[in-house]
Amino acid sequence: MIEIEHLSKVFQDKNGRVMALEDVSATIRDGDIFGVIGMSGAGKSTLLRCLCLLEKPTAGRILLDGKDLSALRGSELRAARRRMGVVFQGYNLLMQKTVAENVAFPLKLDKYDKAAVAARVAELLELVGLADKAASYPSQLSGGQKQRVALARALASDPEVLLCDEPTSALDPLTTRSVLELLQDINRKLGVTIVIITHELDVVRRICNRMVVIDESRFVEQGDTAAIFADPQSRIARLLLGKKED
Amino acid sequence: MQAFLNEYGMLLLGGVGETLFMTLAPTLCAYLLGLPMGVLLTVTKAGGIAEAPRFNAVFGWLVNILRSLPFMILMIFIIPFTRLIAGTSIGATAACVPLTVAAAPFVARMVEQSLEEIDRGTVEAARCMGATNWQIVTRVLLVESVPSLLRGLSISTITILGYTAITGAVGAGGLGNIAFRFGYQRYQKDLMYVTILLLILLVCLIQGVFNRIARHADKRSR
Repeated sequence: MIEIEHLSKVFQDKNGRVMALEDVSATIRDGDIFGVIGMSGAGKSTLLRCLCLLEKPTAGRILLDGKDLSALRGSELRAARRRMGVVFQGYNLLMQKTVAENVAFPLKLDKYDKAAVAARVAELLELVGLADKAASYPSQLSGGQKQRVALARALASDPEVLLCDEPTSALDPLTTRSVLELLQDINRKLGVTIVIITHELDVVRRICNRMVVIDESRFVEQGDTAAIFADPQSRIARLLLGKKED
Repeated sequence: MQAFLNEYGMLLLGGVGETLFMTLAPTLCAYLLGLPMGVLLTVTKAGGIAEAPRFNAVFGWLVNILRSLPFMILMIFIIPFTRLIAGTSIGATAACVPLTVAAAPFVARMVEQSLEEIDRGTVEAARCMGATNWQIVTRVLLVESVPSLLRGLSISTITILGYTAITGAVGAGGLGNIAFRFGYQRYQKDLMYVTILLLILLVCLIQGVFNRIARHADKRSR
């Protein structure tokens, strides 16, 4: 379970203070596929970066199973990071390494057993349907395939939570559907909690059971996806949905 | 032609050998020093994985000072240091000392530039997977930048080859020395042209070999 408690993030840049997140709270339950939807610049990416501990919150806490993540340092911090897998919009694969080596990367950060890593990599590539691409390099793959490799890599260390930043925004509709189905599959089969950051309403509608709408650095609405889609309360949610129905 | 080769063949061959030695040995030493320097410059800069802006500023400044000294001056300036390391300040082996000192900061900047090319996101992904800074340097930065590092290596090697001609002028041997003694001091133009031709061939060879290796090593272009 992830609890976001009164989280705020302020960036200091040349033009002064930028409030990226303002006192946001939410609870993501185990097994959820949790959607975070909002327009560009609403604060979605900052939220994800706080969740995966790349940014330190200015105020508030993030609790993973009751443990405050923002207080962690050094090896504890690295251990916490391994409990969460992250899939980035830009894939962020190692371009000079093969698909198999990319998936093996997180497994080789600690002491490891060669045979066990090879077996795990094969299993993961099977799961994402890329068993035949193990020896290929990322530059030889399509966008959807790269995202599957990123997904396999994120799952390698058996995380409890999978954080996805715009996982389908760079993909065509068909590929999007197959990646979403894969995410759903992973959620059901492995029981991994999934958080999806997106600006695509369709992504949320298709696979998220719960969601939050983010607008101008605040959570303006949250709850069951079905309920929000049926009766949106916030201006931005109505706007997002209204546009869809036109 | 036959007579020319008979008279100067061995001399030129020896010159090529010495030039290669004075190029490759300092290149190796310069990378031993410059590679960690370049990594340090990259990771300590603002936004780097081990931010230390003040250290970065001082260190960058030091590298710039070393780089701004003309090689000729540097070579003379550090003669006591050269004696300390090589036991003498004359000859090809001794020349390797100033060549290394001059090339290391240059190499540091080349390495820094190569590492800069790596996408921030790739480093962040490794960080999210729980990699330590050392693992990020050795398994992400230095691995992802291999093709670029190799291209930098060819530029560094050729730059050092250029420097060897200067050491040659003050008695360290090599093709530069031959060109200077015979071409400049004895007006033997034919010998000078041949040394120039040999230097051009060497540069082309180095560039060609490294380009091939870099192309082969780059997995992005397949």
